[in-house]
Amino acid sequence: MTKNGPAPYWNSYKAGIGLGLVLLAAFVIMGRGLGASGAMTRMASYAVHKTDAMIKGGTAAESKTIALKNKYMARYVGSSADPFDDFLVFLFLGAIVGGLISGASARRISFSVIKGPQSTTKRRLIFAFSGGLISAFGARLARGCTSGQALTGGATLALGSWLFMLACFAGGYAIAYFTRKEWI
Amino acid sequence: MEMVAPFAKVFSMGDIPTSVIAIILGIGFGFFLEKAGFGSAKTLAGVWYGYDFAVIRVMFTAILVSMLGLFGLHYAGVLNLDLVYINGTYVWPQIVGGFIFGIGFNVGQYCPGTSAVACATGRIDGFVFIFGFLVGVVGFAFVFPWIEPFFNSSNMGRITLPEAFGIPAGVVVLGVVLIALGAFAFTHFLDRKLGNVPAGGEK
Repeated sequence: MTKNGPAPYWNSYKAGIGLGLVLLAAFVIMGRGLGASGAMTRMASYAVHKTDAMIKGGTAAESKTIALKNKYMARYVGSSADPFDDFLVFLFLGAIVGGLISGASARRISFSVIKGPQSTTKRRLIFAFSGGLISAFGARLARGCTSGQALTGGATLALGSWLFMLACFAGGYAIAYFTRKEWI
Repeated sequence: MEMVAPFAKVFSMGDIPTSVIAIILGIGFGFFLEKAGFGSAKTLAGVWYGYDFAVIRVMFTAILVSMLGLFGLHYAGVLNLDLVYINGTYVWPQIVGGFIFGIGFNVGQYCPGTSAVACATGRIDGFVFIFGFLVGVVGFAFVFPWIEPFFNSSNMGRITLPEAFGIPAGVVVLGVVLIALGAFAFTHFLDRKLGNVPAGGEK
């Protein structure tokens, strides 16, 4: 490590204890755990809602956007939307701030593309986009992602969350062989 | 002792403290994810190719700490576990969704939470992952009418591992601890065998 280079990451157990205490605090204070995909679902639905209202024009258009007509997105933008989704959006914004604080304190902030030694920037970005797209489908079908299902549901011993976790590792290892050139 | 937790369920809380709490919890969440090295797809990819097991160690340590805290406070009579939200179980949607999610995780090497911290530290691939995820959510919403019957199938409601298998919760908690410790030991064995220098390997 050079004098002004990035600081090393923390020991995994130390970081894991910190993460576990944050999750425990969420249980004790809110009676609910963490989540990230719910926030992204709300933001995506809201973006569709506002964009469509803008295209159609006028405030009257706000009441009949494609987001409100869609049975799935309506749950995130309609009047029946779960207030917990707002909590998740603030949590997500907080996570960005937390990442920024940690990254800045370790001199790790830089505009860059993280990729394996044999990959190219273009390939890496195509994979990142596709991975986001595929995992969105999976997370919405399973009603949560690594934070909402694996971490939160794992700690509360929810049956479905443990099934999710096992299936997630199975899916990742099932395809790992075919994507190996991107990383090793 | 008196059951005082979860605070938000035992006492009433307004919208403003709730959003402030959300931001503070979120900062902690993002901070420790970044410190763990999860703002870099390279750390996350290690779990699939055996060069870095930070994912296993961080995730299971976090599960252990929060699970032991949760059940410890419950047994101490401080926290009412019945008031803690437990994810409903939809057997097949969660198995199929989890499998698809795992494929996406491997292809993109981020998940929603880790992509947020990757993006925060300037990782363009993290930003692109988020963009893909948002597009995927909208795509899912448009095909939702066709998959809705499957989405709502095999609903078992609020059910936990102890209830599903008829084993006392304390025994399941102990089982999870032992499995996690076994997994940790196994990753250290693999590290030695493969000569890994994990990102989170600083002593």
